[in-house]
Amino acid sequence: MNNTTISAQAPKTGGLDAVKRTLGELDWRRYVIYIGFVVVFIFFAVLLRDQGFLSPTNLLNIFRQTATITIIAVGMTYVIACAEIDLSVGSTAGLSSVCTAMALSQWGIVPGILAGLAVGLVVGSINGALVSLLGIPSFLVTLGMLGIAVGVAQWITASAPQPILNETFNMLFGSGNFGPVPGLIVWSAIFVAIGAVVLSRTKFGRQVLATGGNRNAADFTGINTKRIKFQVLLISGVVASVAGMLYAGRLESGRFQWGAGDELSAIAAVILGGTSLFGGAGSVVGTLFGALLIGLINNGLILAGLDSSQQQVVRGAIIILAVALARKK
Amino acid sequence: MNTREPAVEMRSISKGFNGVTVLNEVDFEVRAGEVHALAGGNGAGKSTLMKILQGVYQSDSGSIHVGGKPVEITSIQDAKAAGIGMVFQEFSLVPSLTVAQNIFLGAEPQGPIGLIDDREAVRRARDVFTEMEVVVDPRAQVSKLGTAYWQLTEIAKALAQNARVLIMDEPTASLAKHETEALFDLVSRLKTRGISIIYISHRMDEVYRIADRITILRDGRRLLTEALSNVTPEQIVEGIVGKKVEGQLTYRQREHDPASASPVLEARSLTCGKRVRDVSFTLHAGEILGLAGLMGSGRTELARVLFGIDSLESGEILVRGKKAVITSPQHAIAAGLALIPEDRRDQGLVLDHSVRDNLLLPLLDNIKRGPLLNAAAGRALSSSLIKKFAVKVAHPNKPVRLLSGGNQQKVVLAKWLGTEPDVLILDEPTAGVDIGTKSEILDMIRELANAGKAVIVISSEYPELLAVSDRVLVLRDGSISRELKRSEIADEESLQLAVQGV
Repeated sequence: MNNTTISAQAPKTGGLDAVKRTLGELDWRRYVIYIGFVVVFIFFAVLLRDQGFLSPTNLLNIFRQTATITIIAVGMTYVIACAEIDLSVGSTAGLSSVCTAMALSQWGIVPGILAGLAVGLVVGSINGALVSLLGIPSFLVTLGMLGIAVGVAQWITASAPQPILNETFNMLFGSGNFGPVPGLIVWSAIFVAIGAVVLSRTKFGRQVLATGGNRNAADFTGINTKRIKFQVLLISGVVASVAGMLYAGRLESGRFQWGAGDELSAIAAVILGGTSLFGGAGSVVGTLFGALLIGLINNGLILAGLDSSQQQVVRGAIIILAVALARKK
Repeated sequence: MNTREPAVEMRSISKGFNGVTVLNEVDFEVRAGEVHALAGGNGAGKSTLMKILQGVYQSDSGSIHVGGKPVEITSIQDAKAAGIGMVFQEFSLVPSLTVAQNIFLGAEPQGPIGLIDDREAVRRARDVFTEMEVVVDPRAQVSKLGTAYWQLTEIAKALAQNARVLIMDEPTASLAKHETEALFDLVSRLKTRGISIIYISHRMDEVYRIADRITILRDGRRLLTEALSNVTPEQIVEGIVGKKVEGQLTYRQREHDPASASPVLEARSLTCGKRVRDVSFTLHAGEILGLAGLMGSGRTELARVLFGIDSLESGEILVRGKKAVITSPQHAIAAGLALIPEDRRDQGLVLDHSVRDNLLLPLLDNIKRGPLLNAAAGRALSSSLIKKFAVKVAHPNKPVRLLSGGNQQKVVLAKWLGTEPDVLILDEPTAGVDIGTKSEILDMIRELANAGKAVIVISSEYPELLAVSDRVLVLRDGSISRELKRSEIADEESLQLAVQGV
């Protein structure tokens, strides 16, 4: 009798030990973004329960407001995981919004969309070619491109907003709903889903991570790392141009300011999401939560009644704190 | 020459990580003016013991005495203050600074108002080099100097901080023969000045050449400390491995004559820069071809050309009788070649990625289902490779960084052999690998050749070349100076002579 009780309990404690061991070995730093997200969410939910933080409208708003950043950040995840950076995404979005609006008013919706995508292809190709073929650091190339793209956008429009009157375009790109779901949420869901699967489940994704982790070893393994570097910058440019069209559709106009400063929010989202700034590791789902966390903080601070200067200070502090917790020992 | 007085004494040092005992009451003592070799297989506890001495880790129990007095070493600064200096295997210099700036990094001589006095630093650096009796320009930028000078700068840096005990970890690994000689001369000069040296090396000949005593660690315990005149190399090897490895380093006559098999790889007048000049050779299926030569003789460069990393200026490569255009590693892999590169940490592995991801990197096409990678197939494939090559790894998901040198090398081998190449080029396949793993790797090479693969082995270690090669090409200044059948080489010495060109 005694014996049976003991033997019945033994595996239990063993199991408990195993669980403890697994938890101990669990690298919680990798999940700090999810922990952080939940903590901040609960914090605001309690603090702002009377300000309507938890209302479905407000929660949907958070998603909607972070959609463009999320999408840009998905492209940025590839660039950063490959140990490069793209500072030109914000102004690429602005230029794309402008070109889309101008082509659309001239020739209609399809040429308008093609014009927007063309902006991304051209900017991304130039960035990629300069980085991979000439070996110029992406920081410098895309810093230059940041100025060029926004300058061109301002120049060809003489700084004037370009209104978009095409209802179909506006509904499709950001203003409308797909069934009950806001269009912007559908767009970001598509980008996150494709981005996550490609990075973690395809040959290309593995090669991006290997190139970012150790370019020499990737070269010796027969990976064309120049092509990989070109491709990630191309992806980032095209993704940014789609984000630009979403600005254009939501705000029913193209304007050179759209997307200004988004590169910093996108980089923050990517790093918060656990992608290594030095390359070699990256998670698109992490990036989504990084972007949502930033959106959550913005929303909560506004509801809490902080003015915009205070918001900036708190937001900056939270980002530094989160990254500090997530970094490797 | 040797005084009896110990410079450093480590008494019954124990250390564990996560409940696993790595060092178990180890005593280690180095006398003033002594070169003391520290030997042991991977995981024997050598590096942990040295890291405790340097203040990187703290021991769980035991004490350290320097010059007879007990000292607390809880940081690298403490170790420096106690006169213990380290010459790193992976150099710890700032390449963009000058030699003098590196030597006094963090302890710069200052002028009257607290500004750094670079001229004083240069002067003092020159004094240190004069004492070392070597010629190095203290104002030269480190990145522009060769590896041998980096090492001299490292040594000077330690000496400038008044180190009395220097730890040298595989100091000759990246040195050419004459540079090694110069280092040995320097070591004996340092000895006469009463400086003690802890010498960690896998190369037995070096240990016998310069060390006075040897301590062997096995499984975290001290096996013995003995004057080298009292131990034979066989005893040392046996002590390290824990079993007899006789015969591993002897050549075994192959069952069939590979030279009669069909040629797999033909090189015709390959030329690329100064290091590969008009090189022609033929490699047959099932044959192991050794490439011998001094550092800088063009061995590695030849491998790079064959693998498409550097492009040919003239000449052609034929694979299975057909001309192959190889201008990138992708072409080389498609043609059935694989290269195990010289520097596995920099060229062979993505250190922060898991063992599994590293293994699968060249094999991604094999585990594709449609456009996506099949995770289950990847797990199965990596597990079978880990098993086949007996890689010791806690879990395939763990970063490859955590493995020992020997196991890392097995991962590189496994990764490439998974691609089923026809021609395998191995550049220094056993560098920095413990002797047990070394014989395993040599066995693998033999098995591969028996399975019909054509193999090229580049190595600076003659016993190793002689143990596996059916034929040896001797390179000199980028050209083939001799071609020797294994049966024409009597012993290590005759190969040495062929390489030296006498």
